[in-house]
Parts: sequence; C-alpha cells; structure tokens
Amino acid sequence: MAGAECAAARPWHIVLRDVLKANNVRLVTYVPDNVLKPLLAAVHEDPFFDAFCVTREEEGLGIVSGAWMGGMRGVLLMQTSGFATLPNVLASLAVAAQIPVLMVVSERGTLGEFNLGQALVCRTMRPVLDSLAVEHHTCTRLDEFEFIADRTIRQAVATQAPACLILSPLLTGGKVLKP
Amino acid sequence: MSQEPQRGRNAQPMNRFEVTKRLVSRLTQGEAVIGGIGNTHFDLWSAGHRPENFYMLGSMGLAIPIALGVALAQPNRRVIALEGDGSLLMQLGCLSTVALRAPRNLTIVVMDNGIYQITGSQPTATASAVDIVAIARGSGLAESHWASDEAEFEALFAAAQMRASPTLIALKIDGQSAVSQTPREPVRIRDHFMRAIASGGAPG
Repeated sequence: MAGAECAAARPWHIVLRDVLKANNVRLVTYVPDNVLKPLLAAVHEDPFFDAFCVTREEEGLGIVSGAWMGGMRGVLLMQTSGFATLPNVLASLAVAAQIPVLMVVSERGTLGEFNLGQALVCRTMRPVLDSLAVEHHTCTRLDEFEFIADRTIRQAVATQAPACLILSPLLTGGKVLKP
Repeated sequence: MSQEPQRGRNAQPMNRFEVTKRLVSRLTQGEAVIGGIGNTHFDLWSAGHRPENFYMLGSMGLAIPIALGVALAQPNRRVIALEGDGSLLMQLGCLSTVALRAPRNLTIVVMDNGIYQITGSQPTATASAVDIVAIARGSGLAESHWASDEAEFEALFAAAQMRASPTLIALKIDGQSAVSQTPREPVRIRDHFMRAIASGGAPG
C-alpha cells in the first residue's frame, strides 16, 4: 500500500474517512470496487456514516442529489468505468440544477492496467469532467490528500457545483494482475 | 386491495391529470413530491404547483433515487416519487435499493401508459409482457399494488401515508398528453424546492 513506508501516517482511506466526517458528509453511496475496499469497510464500521451499496452509479447520483436537497451531505464512490455511466445525469441533474454532488473515483486504466476496456474508458473520464466544467483533482500523494479532499468538498458546497476526486494508483496502490 | 399483481385490471385506463389532481389534493403535511421526466411531472405542475414539488428536467429514471435521498435526509417528512413506466424500466435496480433501505416515509406512484409518450408513443415493455407490480414485489417491495380505479388509488395512497414501510402503487393510464408543461428552469426549481423543505420535515 502507498504510504506504508510512513507507518505513523494515516493511510489514504482513513484520511478520506476523516475528511468526509469533518465536512459532515454522512451519506455514502457506492458501487463496489476492490481498491475502495478499505474505505468502504471504514465507513461501514463508523456509526457516523449511513453507507450503502447502490445498483448503478446513476442511481447513487440521484440519491445523493435528493439527500443534499433535503439537507444531508453525501458522496458517491465508484471506479472509472462506473464514472463513464454518468455524463447524462451529471449534465441534466447535478450540473443543470447546481447540486454539489461529491464523486470519488478509484482510477483504473492507467499505471499498470491489465484490462484494455478499463484503459480505454479511463481516457474518457477527464474530457467528460472538463467538458461539463466539473472541478476535479487527481490525488497522487498521501501528504497532499487531506488538503485536496477537504478543500474540494468545501468549494463544491460553497459554489453549489459537483466535484470529483480521482484516486490515482500512486495514492491507493491500484489494482494489478496477480501472477 | 389486490393481493396479487393483476396487470391492467382496470378496463378503463385512468387519466393521469385527473389522478394527479386527486393525489395533490391529499397532500396536507408538506409532503415532498419528485416528478419524473416528461408528462409525469408536467401533469404534477398542471395539477397546481406546490413549492415542495421537484420537477425533473432530465436524468431519466432518477425520480425514485432522488426521492429516496430526500426520504433518508428527512425521515419525518413524507416523500412521494411520481414516475412513468418507461423511466422506471430504465432504472429497475432502484426498487431493490428502496426495498433494502426500507424508508418508512417513501411512496412510489407509477403512471403506466405502456408507451414512451413524449418521444412519439412507441410501446414500452409494460404494453405486453411486463408487470410493474410483479417486478416491484420481486424486488422486495411487499407493499406493491395495482390501483384498478380512482377510488382504489385514493384508498391505496391513503394507506401508504399511514404505513411505516415503502409502498409502490401502479396504475394504468390513458395516452392523453399532459395539460401544460413545467417551466424549464432547473436552478429555480431546485432552489424553491430546497427552501420549501428546509425545515426538516413535518411531524411524521
């Protein structure tokens, strides 16, 4: 795991759990992902969070949007291929209605990807975010991660705009083909 | 009330605008209503705007997920999702999510006309083999019922508002277009809706 050389530091998933908590992001919706496993475990273990699995990323975006309109902050966790299912609902709901949906994407398709489909769909992610003018940051370093995550959430809420944190394999270790 | 799904049991399809007016007339507790895209929310608008209505202008299929989000955020407020058959067919997984979460304050009303009306009335799968109530029950929503006429719809809806578990009510409607169309102003719609429900919910 990245950051393992720094035993005293919190691992990335604990940093993100703590940042979500500090920003009162209680609702966690996700489509399961192997790299996100420790984060999913951490939010399920912590009674502060209301965390549950959804059947599609679009569905999670709708739930988080509704919760925000009802006064509860949420986040949608997914992997790259799941993000690729979102452009329509991002454009016609979150961006159009100015709803600050927070997205966290575990990045597949780069830095050692073994699945061609993942590698191709990864190339669509940033162009989609850029074309919708959705703020996004690629998180690569543990020492920067808390700052980037915290400031991204604050800005999303303050400007009523969706935002996306992309978790690079440099931060998480990613997923590699086992020999 | 029907115990078994009986698709299209009503010989005379109901009219969406008339049924929506009946539904709106029963809303007295600040209930939040999420109107699915197209004619479903056009008739919600036409039935008399309420600030606690959210009208979707895109994101086909998300009326139920959005309503679930509102219901989770405000457990003391009743929340109603109005959705069409074509939209629901696009996002069937949301029924199982609702069943697993089992919010005590969510009612789903499905207006089933068996057509993608707004794109030229091409038939949906519910026009032939598919039964929305059977799907809902199979998804784990035990309280899923067809309403055979307006009176039964009102009775089912009233019972749903007293129940501490989610309910789905489906009704066969005719192919009439909506009476008028909602202004396409998503930011204003969202802002008005948020302000209207900002109090956190009527006593449940």
